[in-house]
Amino acid sequence: MSTAIHPTKSEPTSQTEQWLRMYRRMLMIRLFEEHVNDLYTRALMPGLAHLYSGEEAIAVGICEALRPDDYITSTHRGHGHCVAKGAALDRMFAELLGKEAGYCKGKGGSMHIADPDTGNLGANAIVGGSAGIATGAAFAAKRLGNGRVCICFFGEGALGQGVLYEVMNMAALWKLPVVYVCENNLYNEYTHYNDTTAGDILTRARGFGLEAESVDGQDVRAVNAAAQKLIERARAGQGPSFLLANTYRFMGHHVGDVSRDYYRSKQEEAGWKTERDPLKLFGGFLGEQGIAGLDEMQAEVNAEIEKAVQFALAAPYPAVDKVDQDIYA
Amino acid sequence: MPEAAVATRELTLGEAVREALAEEMRRDSRVFVIGEDVAEAGTAFKVLSGLVDEFGPERVLDTPISEAGFTGIAVGAAMTGMRPVVDIMFGDFIGLTMDQMVNQAAKVHYMSGGKWKVPMVMRATLGATRRSAAQHSQSLHAWFCHVPGLKVVLPSTPYDAKGLLKSAIRDENPVVFFEDKMMFRFKGPVPAEEYTIPLGVADIKREGTDITLVATSSMVHVALGAAKLLEEYDISAEVIDPRTLWPLDEKTLIDSARKTSHVIVIDEGYGRYGATAELASVIAEGAFFDLEAPVKRMGAMHVPIPFSPPLEDVTVPTERTVFEAARAMCG
Repeated sequence: MSTAIHPTKSEPTSQTEQWLRMYRRMLMIRLFEEHVNDLYTRALMPGLAHLYSGEEAIAVGICEALRPDDYITSTHRGHGHCVAKGAALDRMFAELLGKEAGYCKGKGGSMHIADPDTGNLGANAIVGGSAGIATGAAFAAKRLGNGRVCICFFGEGALGQGVLYEVMNMAALWKLPVVYVCENNLYNEYTHYNDTTAGDILTRARGFGLEAESVDGQDVRAVNAAAQKLIERARAGQGPSFLLANTYRFMGHHVGDVSRDYYRSKQEEAGWKTERDPLKLFGGFLGEQGIAGLDEMQAEVNAEIEKAVQFALAAPYPAVDKVDQDIYA
Repeated sequence: MPEAAVATRELTLGEAVREALAEEMRRDSRVFVIGEDVAEAGTAFKVLSGLVDEFGPERVLDTPISEAGFTGIAVGAAMTGMRPVVDIMFGDFIGLTMDQMVNQAAKVHYMSGGKWKVPMVMRATLGATRRSAAQHSQSLHAWFCHVPGLKVVLPSTPYDAKGLLKSAIRDENPVVFFEDKMMFRFKGPVPAEEYTIPLGVADIKREGTDITLVATSSMVHVALGAAKLLEEYDISAEVIDPRTLWPLDEKTLIDSARKTSHVIVIDEGYGRYGATAELASVIAEGAFFDLEAPVKRMGAMHVPIPFSPPLEDVTVPTERTVFEAARAMCG
């Protein structure tokens, strides 16, 4: 079983190394999700799968700016956040297949990957459900003086949840080191966010006194730059902030959501996939910089993922008598 | 202080709760109190008066009126190294915290395969007859009993309140601790030396041979009063307080039922689908062949708690109604 690899390195690295690291991590997420799609459609994966494809630059750009011991909270569309924070692919796949070797011994599944070793407080299947947890982790970090920062990832659907505003208010009152990252992929499940979201999103956060800005969520370098600034700010005790990352969900709400014409056009999807694919955009940029070897990297990552999938498929299910273990600590 | 004075020390239930918190906060710097008006105000019931003077506003933390938000913050803080004690002024407000307690606090440990823990306490109140009407009078503890991953504690005396709260704070799991708001000034002996009471151990509040009255929180005193009335009719009632509804000390309940053959279960929560239903079925399943009558359940009447005093008074079991039910059963 491979061990988690932290995407961030404490020693200084060259710009090229950092770019390649980010590209590799984005590629890992994209190919991971393609394999999830494949496993799911071949009926090898039970349950639900909400793919992060198209949004990779956000998780990677932000987690690249974190320390290994910083915290994240994730969402039902959380595979990307977990991989970006350093999750091992084999244990991810094992969890998705409900196997004992998975991150949560098969008890959590796709929507609940959690891992203390990489600071992952857990993916959450309640929309906006981790806003309190993230803010509480920031609260503890401040009280314990350990210098950690927490990133609260959520989709724009969570803007409809009142608890988000309750905790942003307290985070601002108490100057907590938390960054709320709103991934606006345009759709609350099957409904365009324009139909659910009044007013201006950033104004909502600014109303509580949070530093708030938006960023092109398809541009990993822009996301990383914005994240670095907001994370440093939080670490320096200057309080919470809100980053609106504009992005697009390439696939359906979940893997089975294939007939999407009633809520968005194929033309719209094709436009994003051809013009605004974060991997293509970043790959193109790296090419312009004269950085080669991306194809070889793709082959390597693919092989790594294939291996992880095989590990998960071969791994045993938990023994049935484990069902009532881990309810109480 | 002379030893005799220590041994006879009497505290109110509110003082016992405050003393438990203060001791645990001295013992462990990770423990902190969070809620509405907990600091200078010492809560609406003044239970926490003076706590902020010793521990400061960082550890006795006033919040906005955002029950879901600060409960959620407590969950996250508990996961990452703190030990929060959340104060929910009226138990009726737990509805606002339900996602944080039921979908987050209760499930984090299991969903993470046992990796993350949520060592937090939520203190809330229960109890009617304070003339506070339908949104400030309910006893909703059964809601939490339904959820795996939570523990639920209902102390009935100052002694139990202190010992159980200390155990709850030291527990590695989310524990919901319900105090009867009508009992904050109820006095009882509390030893000066340190002690804890383990969660999951019932207490026999009165020994008897003819009927078992299983009662929780405020209803323990109703049952004890009824037991006195029953004495005049030569009916010897045993009163058992489970003290924690989960974990539940099934053995003590069943043993008593097998001994007396008659059981009434009394709880201030709603009867329908309530705590009494679970307690009664545990007893019926465990002592069926020793029972001479079906286990009787007595809970709050299935109405929103009314404001008008004569109406409110008939919604909850009383010494008189319990006495009458027991007499009829043993008749």
